[in-house]
Amino acid sequence: MQEPDIGTCALTARGWISAGLVGAAVVAAGLYVTRPVPLAANTLDGLTGDATAGAIVFAASGCASCHLAPGVDSGPAPALPGGRKFASPFGTFVAPNISQDTEAGIGGWTDVQIASAVLRGVGAGGEHLYPAFPYTSYGKADLQDVVNLIAYLRTLPADPTPSQPHELAFPFNVRASLGGWKLLFDRSDWVVTGDLTDQQQRGRYLVEALGHCAECHTPRNALGGLDRDRWLSGAPNPSGPGRIPNITSGNLTWSEGEIAEYLSSGFTPEFDTAGGSMAEVVKNTAQLTDADRAAIAAYLKIVPAVTNP
Amino acid sequence: MTILTRLIAPTFAVVCLAGGVAAQSADPAVDAAIKARHAHMDLLAYNLGTLGGMAQDKIPYDATLASAAAANLAALSHMDWTSYWVAGSEAGMAEGSRALPAIWTGMEDFHAKQMAMATAADAMAAAAGTDLDALKAAMGPLGGACGDCHKTYRQPNN
Repeated sequence: MQEPDIGTCALTARGWISAGLVGAAVVAAGLYVTRPVPLAANTLDGLTGDATAGAIVFAASGCASCHLAPGVDSGPAPALPGGRKFASPFGTFVAPNISQDTEAGIGGWTDVQIASAVLRGVGAGGEHLYPAFPYTSYGKADLQDVVNLIAYLRTLPADPTPSQPHELAFPFNVRASLGGWKLLFDRSDWVVTGDLTDQQQRGRYLVEALGHCAECHTPRNALGGLDRDRWLSGAPNPSGPGRIPNITSGNLTWSEGEIAEYLSSGFTPEFDTAGGSMAEVVKNTAQLTDADRAAIAAYLKIVPAVTNP
Repeated sequence: MTILTRLIAPTFAVVCLAGGVAAQSADPAVDAAIKARHAHMDLLAYNLGTLGGMAQDKIPYDATLASAAAANLAALSHMDWTSYWVAGSEAGMAEGSRALPAIWTGMEDFHAKQMAMATAADAMAAAAGTDLDALKAAMGPLGGACGDCHKTYRQPNN
């Protein structure tokens, strides 16, 4: 390899200015490409939300598992003041208030603003949201489901508890950098593809989109992006010691009926029960229909087997 | 096999064995407590299996069997577990333990969770011999009590 010629590389004052301008242009272009893009104002036109159907979307999406107050169990018409903390390699995220309070919560947001947060990870102020909020999964949700969810959220009580700031160090506290992260990791295509039955497609929708199961069950790379090649093959427990299990078809040997039963009652075939965060997940999946739980089971059975130490 | 591997292989095996022994607790009281806790959970699961099998229509309903299993569950839930929580038998400190340190720091709440299970088990004991519908209705709260405790106090595992 040839040594670079320092003489011709040395920059004159004019050269520095040009380089500076080019650099600024690159940064500006980068910021433009990675800017937050909310949904268009007319995205939800013609759609009407059904709050009863939205309650099921709310359960399937596990909203309460993060946005309930710390230590509070889910129940009917939950208040959603946030405050639960989620440690990560990048710092600690604190779930925000998503109640109908117009000051502390999202009561003052328009439907399109809420949908932009859910589907695009863009807040009402036009800022990037952190992907601790699993919009990378929710981004695949049907618009009708999102509108139903919003209709349900509108029925929930207002809670004046202010949201707490995330506890993040530089550079992770720079929201502009999230645009680049989204470019890399916010994918709109399904992970499990091929010739799926209607039931398997429904299961894929519940697992890959609403249920955001992969957020815990799939290992992440150094930048916190999901490793789609090791989909659902297990990962370190994000909220403490231990591991979240491998639920690919190679490791999860339960029958479809047994998986559906687990998602309903929490009982494993050996009559152990779900624990940790999964105990909260089961409270949500217990609210789904038998057909939806069976669909999740049918999907899990076709997730390619991956061995993940 | 070369001389070198002949020498290395046994050394490696010895190191592995030593590692295996070291991973176990040096304190027999710790191992005994973990064994007892697991045995207790196995007994709960065994009796739950009888009731759950009937609730899930996998085995035919039998009032006598159901009542016996439910009575066992109630007895197991009411037992005094105080001596189970030997210092050093927490997850992360002892091999095979999934009992989170939160048990030790939150013993009052942990005990309340145990009593919630006892209440659900008592309700099952009253219902199990009546008929299958009563048994099924009592199964939900029982599973809920198991999950409520495992949610906070048991480490997830692959």
